[in-house]
Amino acid sequence: MTIKLEAHRIGLEYGDPESDGRLVALNDVSLSIHENEFVSIVGPSGCGKTTFLSIVDGLIRATAGQILLGGTPVSEPGPDRAVVFQDSSLLPWRTVLGNVVFGLECIGVRPSEARERAAHYIEMVGLRGFENRYSYQLSGGMQQRVNLARALVMDPQILLMDEPFAALDAQTRELMQEELLNIWQASGKTVLFITHQIDEAIFLSDRVIVFSARPGRVKESVDIELDRPRSLKLKRDPRFHAYEDRIWSLIQEEEKPRAKAAG
Amino acid sequence: MSAPMSMGLSKARPMPSVRLSERAQRQLVGAGTVVALLLLWEGVVASGLVDPLYISSPSRILRVAIDQFGSGAIWPDIRVSSIEFLVGYVAAILVGIPLGLMIGWSRRLNYLLGPFIDILNAVPRVTFLPLLILWFGIGMNSKFAVVFMGAVIPIVIATHAGVRANEARFIRVARSFSASEWKIMTAIILPGTVPFLFAGLKYGAGRALLGVVVGEIYASTAGVGHMIVEAGNLFDTDTVFFGVLLFMAAGVAVTTILNRIERHFDAWRPRGLAQ
Repeated sequence: MTIKLEAHRIGLEYGDPESDGRLVALNDVSLSIHENEFVSIVGPSGCGKTTFLSIVDGLIRATAGQILLGGTPVSEPGPDRAVVFQDSSLLPWRTVLGNVVFGLECIGVRPSEARERAAHYIEMVGLRGFENRYSYQLSGGMQQRVNLARALVMDPQILLMDEPFAALDAQTRELMQEELLNIWQASGKTVLFITHQIDEAIFLSDRVIVFSARPGRVKESVDIELDRPRSLKLKRDPRFHAYEDRIWSLIQEEEKPRAKAAG
Repeated sequence: MSAPMSMGLSKARPMPSVRLSERAQRQLVGAGTVVALLLLWEGVVASGLVDPLYISSPSRILRVAIDQFGSGAIWPDIRVSSIEFLVGYVAAILVGIPLGLMIGWSRRLNYLLGPFIDILNAVPRVTFLPLLILWFGIGMNSKFAVVFMGAVIPIVIATHAGVRANEARFIRVARSFSASEWKIMTAIILPGTVPFLFAGLKYGAGRALLGVVVGEIYASTAGVGHMIVEAGNLFDTDTVFFGVLLFMAAGVAVTTILNRIERHFDAWRPRGLAQ
């Protein structure tokens, strides 16, 4: 299997304006993701998992280490990566179609071609007929489908998903998880998925990477050996629960010292 | 637009069929008030309580209007005032919006120009009239200048405020998609500033009209303001009122046009929060 993304000893430090000291957000994060692999990162809140995703995207520059995408170093955002952001990142003054073509406009794709490509992905995420709606006219789940289409239409080498379902209600979230798997299988993309929901990470992923509490490090990488295609029923499978227990206790180990310090 | 799915404020207000729609209510009450006021005005003058020299009367103003439009005597004045307004105001928009965007975007430029804008905002720009007339003469050029100065400051300030109110998350999205600075400015910043921008444009339009009036009253050879001041000197109250009405109509027309354009640009905003 070829390695698609490689993070090599990524570190991030920044000045803390409150204490005048240095804050270490990420420390020595190394991981690699294979082509077509679906990898999730979970970890205690504040562990820097979203920050790590921003470094991969190129929005934040790491203070140490290197990100390689297909062997090429990454230093700024590019069309080879596309982010599915958390909720309400759609441009409210653009319609569904307008949002999906936004990234293509940015890289200078001709409008007619952009619309054509957008139509394909709008169909894929099940929003045909909603092209001219504004985001306030869409439910939370529909908004995140647009968000997904906006990233997919770039045909990136890797899809970076930043807690995309965190703001959805439980039922919608589960439906979206199942649908994401279908779309992922159809598109054959490599995915890096950030979440704080353990069950979501297990259900979606080939591998779940657990981050430590700040400064974020790779604490452990757990291979999820559950057959695909997966359906929501899987979440009631004892093997699924075993994974949940294991990852939960890994995170718990990280939370404990902090709870003590706070208490 | 069909069936908004969220935003429960606008829907679910059951309305009994006897009650008039809100729009009809507003129009009826508004028109009724105006008609009542006009009748009262006419009555006060007709009964001899007040000399029409002081307050004219609706029928006398109407007679002047018919006379002025009928003979066409008013058109040259309207033409001059309109050109003064349009040239000064359009120039203010063309300069004000980009300038507001730029000082909102670049902190250095804001440090450089911010104090000048604040100072110019603090002083009524019509106070510059004697200077402007010295520099540009009593013709239209000095009016262009005073109209421009009146309108450009509120437009810059409002646009600047709009840029600062922009939400960082959208800029982050744009950067992630490798948007150029130009793209961020036109596709992210500018649409977000629309409500601010139009507040500035409307306020600026008022300032621009003020510039026309004061400029023409102060020193001019033509224009509606010039007509007003000449009529005032001759105690021709009817014509003064007629001129005032013309300015009022101009103000209403400009605001209506701006509201229309704003609604076009703001179609994406959920309706129903404002009554």
